[in-house]
Amino acid sequence: MTLSVALEHTLGAFELDVAFECGAGVTALFGRSGAGKTTLVNAIAGLVSPRKGRVVFDGETLFDSATGIHVRAGRRRFGYVFQEGRLFPHFTVRQNLTYSHWFDRALHSATDLAHVVELLGIGELLQRRPAQLSGGEKQRVAIGRALLAKPRLLLLDEPLASLDAGRKHEILRYLRLLRDEMRIPMVYVSHAVEEVLELADQVVLLAGGRVAASGTVEAVMGRPDLRSAAGVFEGGAVIETHVIGVDTEDGLATLGFDGGILTVGNFDTKVGERVRVRIRAREVSIALSPPQHISIQNILRGKIAALEAQHGGSVNVSITVGAATLRARITRRAARQLALTPGMEVYALIKAISLDGHGGLDHRDALA
Amino acid sequence: MLSREEIEIVILSVKVALWSVIISVPFGLAAAHVLARREFPGKSLLDALVHLPLVLPPVVVGYALLMLFGKQGVLGALLHEWFGVTVAFRWSGAAIASAIMSFPLMVRAMRLSMEAIDPRLEAAAQTLGAGRLGVLLTITLPLALPGILTGMLLAFARSLGEFGATITFVSSIPGETQTLPLAIYALWQTPGGEAAAQRLCMLSLILSLAALLFSEALVRRANRRVLGYDAIRRA
Repeated sequence: MTLSVALEHTLGAFELDVAFECGAGVTALFGRSGAGKTTLVNAIAGLVSPRKGRVVFDGETLFDSATGIHVRAGRRRFGYVFQEGRLFPHFTVRQNLTYSHWFDRALHSATDLAHVVELLGIGELLQRRPAQLSGGEKQRVAIGRALLAKPRLLLLDEPLASLDAGRKHEILRYLRLLRDEMRIPMVYVSHAVEEVLELADQVVLLAGGRVAASGTVEAVMGRPDLRSAAGVFEGGAVIETHVIGVDTEDGLATLGFDGGILTVGNFDTKVGERVRVRIRAREVSIALSPPQHISIQNILRGKIAALEAQHGGSVNVSITVGAATLRARITRRAARQLALTPGMEVYALIKAISLDGHGGLDHRDALA
Repeated sequence: MLSREEIEIVILSVKVALWSVIISVPFGLAAAHVLARREFPGKSLLDALVHLPLVLPPVVVGYALLMLFGKQGVLGALLHEWFGVTVAFRWSGAAIASAIMSFPLMVRAMRLSMEAIDPRLEAAAQTLGAGRLGVLLTITLPLALPGILTGMLLAFARSLGEFGATITFVSSIPGETQTLPLAIYALWQTPGGEAAAQRLCMLSLILSLAALLFSEALVRRANRRVLGYDAIRRA
């Protein structure tokens, strides 16, 4: 699956000018509100006709301003889950789910309906009207409705934005199911770091209507220079790990990655599971020799890759640990006292690790 | 209780009003949809045209109809030549006059209910495979149903009372074009007809009130069916 997008569009005083490609898996369109995310996803869906550009899906041109091609939204076979659900109030849940079948009889399939209903746990709701559903239920039905149109690609525009924290977890769980079981490619629009870390494989970072960065989650979300574009996101590192051991007695789990192992509080996990962890720069300290008699459990050996002085007397240190790169934020004085220079071998002391991808949106385990 | 003549007058009035609604519904829906959902040059002109019967003296509308649909009129001659149909001085002419006079009311109610529909629902329908017609039939019209019914019933009630354009266009022929208001006026002009005129006035009052009450009940029901809860959207 390849979606390639190159668009220019004007919306009032706002200029959107982006180009990116995304493949299978989940691609997050990430950025602050007003970065042009919704306009972009509407253009991919075919709901907005951009001023200039092309949208190509697996070699099929869906939009091309040069040749005047514009495949209408209904023919693109892209599912779209909106922020506010947008269920049709005059239909029951079942009628909402099967709405697309009116326009394409070939889509009709009782087994598909049963499968989606079971997957999303909405069997109890089928006879109800949207007005009688809770926010989380509405969003599950909206996801089911998009799925039953057998989309080639699922577009999700901040599907969790209008939900409370509890419902967010619930829907994220279903989205992970979709990603892992149904293997539908998704373009996921969000301004929440946690959602991106939990779901996405690739990130396209948008700022002011332009692509500020794109690549794997690990590469983009770890870059400290993108802090302002990403808004609330603090500098830090994102590392992909596997669970290699679980110690139920001490309630600990051991995570391995190319560069070492990390120990975290157990969070109901199984050996072999994939876990993405985030380590904030301000939670990392640096020592020149392996510290002894210290309560900190996670100490990794690495090499300093770069030092960047920041405003306000702090220094961002990038430390290469195996294939991963950690970030540490220390004071300028500390950097001077330790005489840190690129290439130096150091020990990174990690005070806290955030786990993403386990129901806990921001589950922090400080192990000391 | 009611005399034979009175019953005939009521039946004729209801027939004329029903047909006026039947004639105008397709045009009303089209005008309402275009005004609610499209942007185009000349939109305000169309809007003004639709509202014209509301502000024009009814006698002017009647006169214009006579010019158009009379034996010598452009449309009248064509209708007569092609279909052998004459509408001038016929009950069908009364229905046309009523349809035009009640058109603004009908369009207004329909348009307001269409404008109240969230266009994002229509966009959602598009992403699920619906084309323009599909969106119209499955989303716009069903959601606008309460307003459409209101528009039809308002037009019906308005047609029951139509006087000026009707008497100018089709005159007041008992049994053919003499609807309730025309009959009341005719009786009033006749010496000793006051009592009969008063009876017809009461009848007219009851008929109109019944139509409005029925409309209210129907809209309430439609709202419950359409939205799944009891909410009267007043147009």
